[in-house]
Amino acid sequence: MSGYLAVLVVVLIFVVIFQIAKASEYVSILKGEKKSRQQSNRVNGFLLIIFLVLGLIGVYYCNDALKGRLNGEAASVQGEGIDNMIAWTLGITGIVFVITQILLFWFAFKYQEKEGQKAFYFPHNNKLELIWTVVPAIALTILVAIGLRHWFRITSEAPKDAMVVEITGKQFNWLIRYPGKDGQLGRKFFTNINDATNPVGQDWDDELNKDDFMATEMHLVVGKPVKLIIGSRDVIHDVGLSHFRLKMDAVPGIPTTLWFTPKYTTAQMKEKTGNADFVYEISCDQMCGSGHYSMKANIVVETQAEYDAWAAKQVSQYAAAHPAPEKPAAPATEAPAADSTQKVVASNDVKH
Amino acid sequence: MSNEATLHSKEVVHGAHAHDGHDDHEHHEGGFISKYVFSMDHKTIAKQFLITGIIWAIIGAFFSVLFRLQLGFPDATFPWLESILGHWAKGGRITPEAYYALVTMHGTILVFFVLTAGLSGTFSNLLIPLQVGARDMASPFMNCLSYWFFFMASVVMMSSLFVQTGPASGGWTSYPPLSALGDASIGSKIGMDLWLTSMALFVVSQLLGGLNYISTILNMRTKGMTMTKMPLTIWGFFFTAILGVLSFPVLLSGFILLLFDRHAGTSFYLSELFVAGKALSNEGGSAILYQHLFWFLGHPEVYIIILPAMGMVSEILAVNSRKPIFGYLAMVGSMFAIVILAFLVWAHHMFVTGLNPFLGAFFVLLTLLIAVPSAIKVFNWITTIWKGNLRFTPGMLFSIGFVSTFISGGLTGIWLGNSSIDIHLHDTYFVIAHFHIVMGVSAFFGTFAGVYHWFPKMFGRYMNNTISYIHFWVTLAGAYLIFWPMHYEGMAGMPRRYYDYSSWESFKQFADLNHFISIVVIVVFAAQLLFVFNFFYSIFKGRKVTETNPWNATTLEWTTPINPGHGNWVGEIPEVHRWPYDYSKNGKDFIPQTVPLSPEEEAEGSH
Repeated sequence: MSGYLAVLVVVLIFVVIFQIAKASEYVSILKGEKKSRQQSNRVNGFLLIIFLVLGLIGVYYCNDALKGRLNGEAASVQGEGIDNMIAWTLGITGIVFVITQILLFWFAFKYQEKEGQKAFYFPHNNKLELIWTVVPAIALTILVAIGLRHWFRITSEAPKDAMVVEITGKQFNWLIRYPGKDGQLGRKFFTNINDATNPVGQDWDDELNKDDFMATEMHLVVGKPVKLIIGSRDVIHDVGLSHFRLKMDAVPGIPTTLWFTPKYTTAQMKEKTGNADFVYEISCDQMCGSGHYSMKANIVVETQAEYDAWAAKQVSQYAAAHPAPEKPAAPATEAPAADSTQKVVASNDVKH
Repeated sequence: MSNEATLHSKEVVHGAHAHDGHDDHEHHEGGFISKYVFSMDHKTIAKQFLITGIIWAIIGAFFSVLFRLQLGFPDATFPWLESILGHWAKGGRITPEAYYALVTMHGTILVFFVLTAGLSGTFSNLLIPLQVGARDMASPFMNCLSYWFFFMASVVMMSSLFVQTGPASGGWTSYPPLSALGDASIGSKIGMDLWLTSMALFVVSQLLGGLNYISTILNMRTKGMTMTKMPLTIWGFFFTAILGVLSFPVLLSGFILLLFDRHAGTSFYLSELFVAGKALSNEGGSAILYQHLFWFLGHPEVYIIILPAMGMVSEILAVNSRKPIFGYLAMVGSMFAIVILAFLVWAHHMFVTGLNPFLGAFFVLLTLLIAVPSAIKVFNWITTIWKGNLRFTPGMLFSIGFVSTFISGGLTGIWLGNSSIDIHLHDTYFVIAHFHIVMGVSAFFGTFAGVYHWFPKMFGRYMNNTISYIHFWVTLAGAYLIFWPMHYEGMAGMPRRYYDYSSWESFKQFADLNHFISIVVIVVFAAQLLFVFNFFYSIFKGRKVTETNPWNATTLEWTTPINPGHGNWVGEIPEVHRWPYDYSKNGKDFIPQTVPLSPEEEAEGSH
């Protein structure tokens, strides 16, 4: 019912606008074309300057209202550089924005048609044109230089002591694999994939795989560089790390990498943001199908001690896939909590 | 030159002949069908492109209203949605599958069918012969085919909306493997085949049109119309056509490989996949290859959209400022620079695909280089209105709006073109805000400016001014209200193409903002319907044009009769003696291009 009412109201508004428009057209014919043009010119000239003033106030107000929701400062060392870049770029483009918009609307208002006013025949001026070719070129050169310095820093080789974590996208969740005690990830191949026991397709003949474990959350150590080995099982995904200001595509068949150094633990961030529910989230940033919007994993950034305690509790995927009789010793050392984590991984996979 | 003169003298004879007994002539050709349906008159074809474009624009914009309802009111249900979408909106809430289909079709329709076919299809066809002084296109038949291929593409795309598994839903870029595997997404079943078929027909249409535009501009200019005496509109259409002809075939090749991967078992883009519970046999392909092929068109495409708008805005600003365009040669030169650079920046869409960082560095440099010609254009437009005598016709207001949005959206391009910022902002709402302002809104403003300015030439009537002004102000304010705050969502890292943000701790703080944006979207959509109404109403009932040159412009289209017949000019095609921007020169308000140089001007050796 209210829907029909809304449509009715809209139609009525349209009819009113149309009637006014029609009437004003007749009036303008009666008044004469010149006079009505002068009048509409004055009205629109006035609106242009009003739009400029309200627009600039709006820009300020918008910034004021939304700047608190930008998820705070960057939570990684690399992200700091990106924030710094953004600040520089905002400064330069902001100045240009304000100046050019003011000139545009101010000139439009000031030079609106007036009786007796003559336009100035000004077809070109080499000096002016040279200035606004060279000045932007210099400004852009500076931005390119700063940008590329950060770019090469961010895309450089990860430090030797970086911890390694593998993250694999699938419709619609993330599979996270740790290399275990040996610090090396075992071989994998997509034909080995089995959703119940082997979600990333590890090759059990590779000894390096024996201690690799899977996790539902990514645990990282504060202040310690981490290198992500990123891949995908099906379509293209993207590891989006908004708090760390980074992202990298997960492409099937072509592994990619990304490294960064987290600056704050999750606990510190809870305090900094004043949000007890704060959590670092990995979002999928590349359209991957109908569940794209729900493809999430959490990151826990913690101290080395906390991390070690957590890692010690994890069961290797090999052990999970080859239960009891083969390896009697392993399960005994595992805490039951870690075991349930593994089940979550498996059940997640079955669900999708 | 002598060749050209002979060519034209022949044409003049032919044209004059054709006009003797003009009415009989048309009846002989078969009446209604050949005049309005399979017409070879460039003006009729332009109107066909325009009206088809308007219909698509309403559909594409309506889709955005539908998915904005989901984003702005994620918890609400709208029973009427179920009545129009059926099981795609069960219980009055759009399903994720329908949401992605709507997003995909919105992008495809607006980028290709509206802002490519509807914009350059309309105005290249209308203005090239009229402004260079030709009776019609180089090949009127190819021109007719160009429209009908576009029409067929439209029919196929439209039919894809009604198939059981729905239309393509992998985004307008249709990246494989998502778009290659029906098991990965319901939209990648028959809907994707129809999408690819439609796009192939569309590419054919673009090539037929583009080759025609280029050959007409190069070969059929009237006597005296040297390249540097062409209005900037023509330069814009010329460069647009060149971009299209060189880049659309690459897109087509990408699509053909995708079709092979879908149906012929090839592995161009597919490798090591485990989908729907089983491992596929494809190995060795590269999903990134498609992105290279796609963006090799995809980036020039944004200039295909914006260059015609730039050309028309330059012309309209000059006419209504009663001043010459400032820096004509710099304007042409900057367009040329944009065309060259357009081919060298495509990988800036791929900074986070794992692209070699060293290669990425070149794309950063070349991308930011484009800001230089863009800046030149902006400063030249501003200088054009400086010390003018401005008439705020609806066309003029939309041109000023174009410059404003081009500045706003262009500047954020400097952010995104710099790869280290792009790592954070890529695929977030910042990108949505950037390209909607710089190529969506700006190109629409250019289109609107063109429609309002050349409507008298198309239909011999004016559009209603009051409705036009309401349309302009609601659209300008609305566009900023919609897209400006999206920059902030993007800076927080909020990803694009999400159906629902409520479960995300990092992005749910924008719920009320999304609510606000969706309401503005509905208002702005309503204002566009006002425009559509004004357009169709004015075709039949608008105030009649009583003079051949209502804007007191210098260019050739205003030397034709108010309602020009097929062949455009009665009698000889006028000869051109000067550039098109002699406004307020030597105390005269304007001097048409057809007026010979005065002795003093000869002495000065001016344009």
